[in-house]
Amino acid sequence: MTPRTLFEKIWDAHVVRPETADTPAVLFVDLHLIHEVTSPQAFAELRARGLKVRRPERTVATMDHSTPTVRGPIADPQAAAQVRRLEENCREFGIELHGMDSDRRGIVHVIGPELGRTRPGMTIVCGDSHTSTHGAFGALAFGIGTSEVGHVLATQCLLQRKPKTLAIRVDGRLGPGVTAKDLILAIIAKIGVDGGTGHVIEYLGPAVRALSMEERMTVCNMSIEAGARAGLVAPDEATFEYLAARSVPVRESWRSLRSDEDARHDREISWDASALEPMITYGTNPAMAIPIGGEVPHEDGRALRYMGLRSGQKLLGHPVDVVFIGSCTNSRLSDLRQAARVFKGRKVAPKIRALVVPGSRAVKRQAEAEGLDRVFLEAGAEWREPGCSMCIAMNGDQLQPGQVAVSTSNRNFEGRQGAGGRTFLASPLTAAAAAVTGAITDVREML
Amino acid sequence: MQPIRLIRSRCVVLAADNVDTDQIIPARFLKGTTREGLGRHLFADWAARPPAEDGQVLVAGANFGCGSSREHAVWALLDAGFRAVVSPKIADIFRANALKNGLVPVVVEPEFHRLLREGMDVSIDLESLRIEIRGGPAAAFALDPFARYCLLNGVDEMGFLLAQSERITEYERRACER
Ligand code: SF4
Repeated sequence: MTPRTLFEKIWDAHVVRPETADTPAVLFVDLHLIHEVTSPQAFAELRARGLKVRRPERTVATMDHSTPTVRGPIADPQAAAQVRRLEENCREFGIELHGMDSDRRGIVHVIGPELGRTRPGMTIVCGDSHTSTHGAFGALAFGIGTSEVGHVLATQCLLQRKPKTLAIRVDGRLGPGVTAKDLILAIIAKIGVDGGTGHVIEYLGPAVRALSMEERMTVCNMSIEAGARAGLVAPDEATFEYLAARSVPVRESWRSLRSDEDARHDREISWDASALEPMITYGTNPAMAIPIGGEVPHEDGRALRYMGLRSGQKLLGHPVDVVFIGSCTNSRLSDLRQAARVFKGRKVAPKIRALVVPGSRAVKRQAEAEGLDRVFLEAGAEWREPGCSMCIAMNGDQLQPGQVAVSTSNRNFEGRQGAGGRTFLASPLTAAAAAVTGAITDVREML
Repeated sequence: MQPIRLIRSRCVVLAADNVDTDQIIPARFLKGTTREGLGRHLFADWAARPPAEDGQVLVAGANFGCGSSREHAVWALLDAGFRAVVSPKIADIFRANALKNGLVPVVVEPEFHRLLREGMDVSIDLESLRIEIRGGPAAAFALDPFARYCLLNGVDEMGFLLAQSERITEYERRACER
């Protein structure tokens, strides 16, 4: 048989109707995740056409983007209406919903794996670009628009042209204080904010194999920030252990889900991560990242003006107003443990606001069982209810114009965390260090 | 969707590259449950908002529409009167969303892109797949044949997918056995 990449194996297994010059492939979707922001117009379309949801049991819903991270009723009437609409839609169409009262609610990309719904070899879509997160399990997972949400609800299928593949092989091992977040920021800086456009990235090599499942999710999550449709890591023992712990029986066929020895990717990059340092962004897209001790490069004026920086300037010591630890990139238990390592026995610097927002109710419970909440609260940080929160600033958690934030989220776009807000993306370790010192800091000096 | 054959209009030029969907429409405007009326929030946080009433063809920098999957970005552009986006490179999800709503994504070579200026008259022809500056040079652009068929005939993908129902059932049967 011709050798195939991991991507090709998953793709081939889901082709309902092959692509031709005239028509894209019809691709079957195993799991469809939905949330309150990108689904209402799709359900409206279904209703307008008198359609049903073809496979309601393959759809899982939650609410995360516009939901508050404090307890109590939703104060914003628009957000409340959006949440109510999702409840109505799920009830009417028979869809499993992890709603406001559910103890399994959380950010959609955090709960998919937690619930044991994300599995190797699957096709997974969601009206959300960070669906790429689920690629950590060797699933082909990508974001879609609302029209496509409607297509999947009605037919469980999508029309897709086959993307190209890009192999990124990472040798070596990450040094102390250097995390999966630093690795992916460095990769995006290397290939560019559009370096992955039209491609699915497969991450390979010993440095990737050494990552835990949660770290692989961080890496795959940000594949979209290089423009890629999806990120993939072939499943292995770490994957099977994660699933077994969530009562998902391991299938023998999953062991063949990896790129064959002689399989060809359309593009290949390899690189050694041993010398990698903690990374931080300085600009207004995630590719504008440098090692923590580095100098701001010479860049187009707009980004630096927006950020209030000069080229040649060092970021170390740059004062910070807000620290945000959360988002589908870095809000899982291991991320919170890392942040707590830095906060333990220390205090958040005066005038700094530090928010810790767990990715899900389950993460929150586990963190509290370990006493991490005490560490955060004693340090003077806020410990909140799960949700997207200040990653997207839809729910009232947001920066004020001109404020500087070190954030563990995935986008430093202008205004992403609130109009006029200035975002520096970094790992949970680096973010916690900034909270404690009140400035951009090399966390390795504090470990 | 209305069939689209020819778009003839003036250009509105955005000089920046990597304009993400958070710029096109900030997240705080995504709290509605309908597609209507989003045009007034287009580029809401920009100091100088491009004047949509001046033209229907948005000439954008490279990697336009990167970032989130929000289809609201396309709805807002359409609501503000735009009918085509011309760029040297358009982000994947944005392009797919654009096609599904009849906003024509036109990807051109950087050399041709550089010729396009604010207020210039252009025509975008979906029959011949050419974009032409009035009284000036023209260039070919590529469009997926299926997407082109849908735009030219005003049909959407949902109908095509629904017509595959038997094949989908057949696939589900096979996949169950696997
Ligand atoms: S945490 Fe941020 S990136 Fe992730 S799903 Fe929520 S808004 Fe999107």
